[in-house]
Amino acid sequence: MTAGTERAVGVEHVLGPVSEIPAGEGRAYGVAGRQVAVFRLRDGTVRALDAVCPHRGGPLADGQIDADVVVCPLHAHVFELGTGVCRTGRSDVESYAVRVEEGQVVVSIP
Amino acid sequence: MARRARDADGRRDLVVVGNGMAGARTVEEILERGGAEQFRITMFGEEPYGNYNRIMLSNVLAGLESEEAIFLNSMAWYRENAITLHAGVRVGRIDRHARTVRATDGSRTPYDALVIATGSSAFVPDIPGMRTVGRGFHQGVFRFRTLDDTRAMIRYARTHKRAVVIGGGLLGLEAARGLQTHGVDVTVVHGPGHLMNQQLDAAGGYVLRCGVEALGIAVQTSARTVGVLGDTEITGVQLADGRVLPCDMVVVAAGIRANSSVADTSGFLVERGIVVDDQMHTLDDQGTPDPAVFAVGECVQHRDQVYGLVAPLWEQARVLADVLTGTDPSAQYHGSRTATKLKVAGIDVASMGITAPERPDDDHIVISEPRRGLYKSVVVRDDRLVGATLVGDLEKVAPLIQAFDRGSPLPEDRIALLFDLGTAPAEVGVAELPDETTVCNCNGVSKGTIAACVRGGVASVAGVMDATRAGKGCGSCKSLVAQVVEWAADGDLQVDESASWYVPGIPYAKPELVALVREHDLRSVSAVFAALAPGGVEDARSKMGLTSLLRTIWGSDVVDERDGRFINDRVHANIQRDGTFSVVPQVLGGVTSADQLRRIADVADKHSIPMIKITGGQRIDLLGVRKEDLPTVWADLDMPSGYAYGKSFRTVKTCVGTDFCRFGLGDSTALGIALETRYQGLESPAKLKLAVTGCPRNCAEAYVKDIGVVAVDGGRWEMYVGGAAGAHIRKGDLLTTVDTPEEVVMLTGRFIQYYRETANWLERTYAWVPRLGIEHVRAVVVDDAEGLAASLDAAVQASVDAYRDPWKERDDPAEPGQFRTALPLTVLPQVPVR
Repeated sequence: MTAGTERAVGVEHVLGPVSEIPAGEGRAYGVAGRQVAVFRLRDGTVRALDAVCPHRGGPLADGQIDADVVVCPLHAHVFELGTGVCRTGRSDVESYAVRVEEGQVVVSIP
Repeated sequence: MARRARDADGRRDLVVVGNGMAGARTVEEILERGGAEQFRITMFGEEPYGNYNRIMLSNVLAGLESEEAIFLNSMAWYRENAITLHAGVRVGRIDRHARTVRATDGSRTPYDALVIATGSSAFVPDIPGMRTVGRGFHQGVFRFRTLDDTRAMIRYARTHKRAVVIGGGLLGLEAARGLQTHGVDVTVVHGPGHLMNQQLDAAGGYVLRCGVEALGIAVQTSARTVGVLGDTEITGVQLADGRVLPCDMVVVAAGIRANSSVADTSGFLVERGIVVDDQMHTLDDQGTPDPAVFAVGECVQHRDQVYGLVAPLWEQARVLADVLTGTDPSAQYHGSRTATKLKVAGIDVASMGITAPERPDDDHIVISEPRRGLYKSVVVRDDRLVGATLVGDLEKVAPLIQAFDRGSPLPEDRIALLFDLGTAPAEVGVAELPDETTVCNCNGVSKGTIAACVRGGVASVAGVMDATRAGKGCGSCKSLVAQVVEWAADGDLQVDESASWYVPGIPYAKPELVALVREHDLRSVSAVFAALAPGGVEDARSKMGLTSLLRTIWGSDVVDERDGRFINDRVHANIQRDGTFSVVPQVLGGVTSADQLRRIADVADKHSIPMIKITGGQRIDLLGVRKEDLPTVWADLDMPSGYAYGKSFRTVKTCVGTDFCRFGLGDSTALGIALETRYQGLESPAKLKLAVTGCPRNCAEAYVKDIGVVAVDGGRWEMYVGGAAGAHIRKGDLLTTVDTPEEVVMLTGRFIQYYRETANWLERTYAWVPRLGIEHVRAVVVDDAEGLAASLDAAVQASVDAYRDPWKERDDPAEPGQFRTALPLTVLPQVPVR
């Protein structure tokens, strides 16, 4: 799926309390057979991407982030947190609709 | 032929077959001319990638560049320019009458205009034994043309030791040099009598051969390969004179052939390449130009010439774009005079025109110095430069290319062409170059393009390089690019500030940044972004460097934000390729005990450690540990961290010193342990590796360490700094010689602290010491010429006092989920268990 494509309305899954994710970091979840990395930005919003870097399988949840991107810890490939678009020439990763509801992280899996 | 009806947006369909350098460059030129408003663009590329710089594959092979670094256009570029890219899809046929291309995936794509840019592929002579029946090439035979070829060669070179490269042209020599960096013994087998016979005369080829042989590459010229020996594994190649050269892999670099089969089967006129006219139109087999189908690049034959170099391709792309977009409907390509400037296996080579005199009254000036690796030759006819060859020294290449291109007047004293005999300095030379002169051959950037970029408001060398890509190929023209930018800016040159910034997201060099951090009392990474980043925007790539700097400035008074740390520093272990970690406990000075070894062995058994490895720093590495297991592994080891993961003080390698060695002059083991105990874990701009050795035999390799200490006669100690023996090799500079181990410990701390306070992020001491100059470092650290010693000593003492073994976090995690797996559904480790 490429940037700008509308996300299909998916099935919502409650992943756990947002307090599990320290500010500015990511944590990974296994949900509906997928590995999903959820990032909590410093402003409190959350973003969700596939947890596995398409380059060499690096764990994106272990990457460093800012308000826009995550940097894979293995070879520094850069992915946009909002769209999953790769800025360094690799395949994109899937991005998922995610929100915090009553302190719980809720992700929508198509 | 009627045009297909335009769609509602009025744009026509442009299809480009080929996503290599020619195809992508043509599209760029078309976009630059506003082509996006005229065309919907679709590209087909046989390779499953974006577009990369094929010229740089030799650097990838040699490990000088990463694969990522050679990509010219990322996938994002195609998206941003609304180009539909079919990567990994081959076009099988072009239906000229229906104006459709058929791809081998079964798709049909209509076009209003078509550009064929299929490039060329490796020519492989039909040598017996090279192919296996029904299975293509022998597994040990490689071509050197694509990224996949390069990857396959690197993989094979890991387990094979001797290679024969067939072909001693540019590509063959590059392949030879690249393979050599993988520890492979290489012999180049070349049919003609001298290397690079396309570009060099025999004497020049000989000088190049001397240079290549000095690199340890064997060369056989006038040697024809007649057979490849061996069934499943290659055992050697057979030469025409009966000799057999033993080897276990073969690389074929015997030239290239235009990829013209699609055009051929589709009814276009094809000879040695796809024949085109001066407007890059293809022709049908009657010789009639096809107004809708163009071809460009190495697949093309123009006026009987097929080019295998990159510069003609840029000229063709410009003409084609002018014609196709209507920017200049009368644009014509008249062929290229090829003046080439290359780096062959690290040796500079330039050639233009003819290589040797052809008429009795041609002037021929030759300077040949094989022992110095220098060769210069020029051929002058009727007062015009008609040929030049340079090997080993390209200082005079710019004026020679100018004289060759423009037929500009030559000095009466011909030898002045090859030497600066009190003639004008280089800047004047740049000013005199005509605008069309190609400055960067890799990316085809002319002096005029660079000058226009500067006039357009880009006023820094790095900015111009980003905007034009000049100097972004092999890099050999960087200084010329800088000269042209300086000339064009005429004194208005901005110093490229971002190059001097400590991290990319904060616009200050380290000294200003340190002063501002102190002045504003900024104690966390987020506070630094808020106060000092443009717009207060945080930047992921800057966080690690800032975290390190803040710890250097504030010690334990820093506000620790874990997201500022790289994963290694969050979990105090080194992340591995499968997402597991390596655990290296501290083994002070490389001296261990039966008890330590027993504990390590028990831990390895209990946790099924896939690999236990003795490190170069005299420690023991437990590899393949799952993140969630780290705290228990540390607890079971009950040893402190060895810091094998951080940008920090790592390890002190020692020899056995005086206790046992009959040559030892000083107790290197005790001193090494004292150094490591005191400075363990100190954050620094880049890692610090130390060694102490007990005599100048240097068993601990102290000459090539960030700080290396050598015991010498009379109980004295030499201290070397700025050494390296990794990707970069440098013998350290002698800082000073002192009388006691205590002085070594004190000066080591002072040196480290000065390095911490002044070095750029990730700047190793082997770069930092030469940048400052060893005299300056010595003046500050040893002689206290700037009065800094007391404050440096105090600062390093504060950091030493703040030391806490990070593996103690096992009992008291710093944050929730600190050791939770980041790949919950992947079974780890995936590394092989040995």
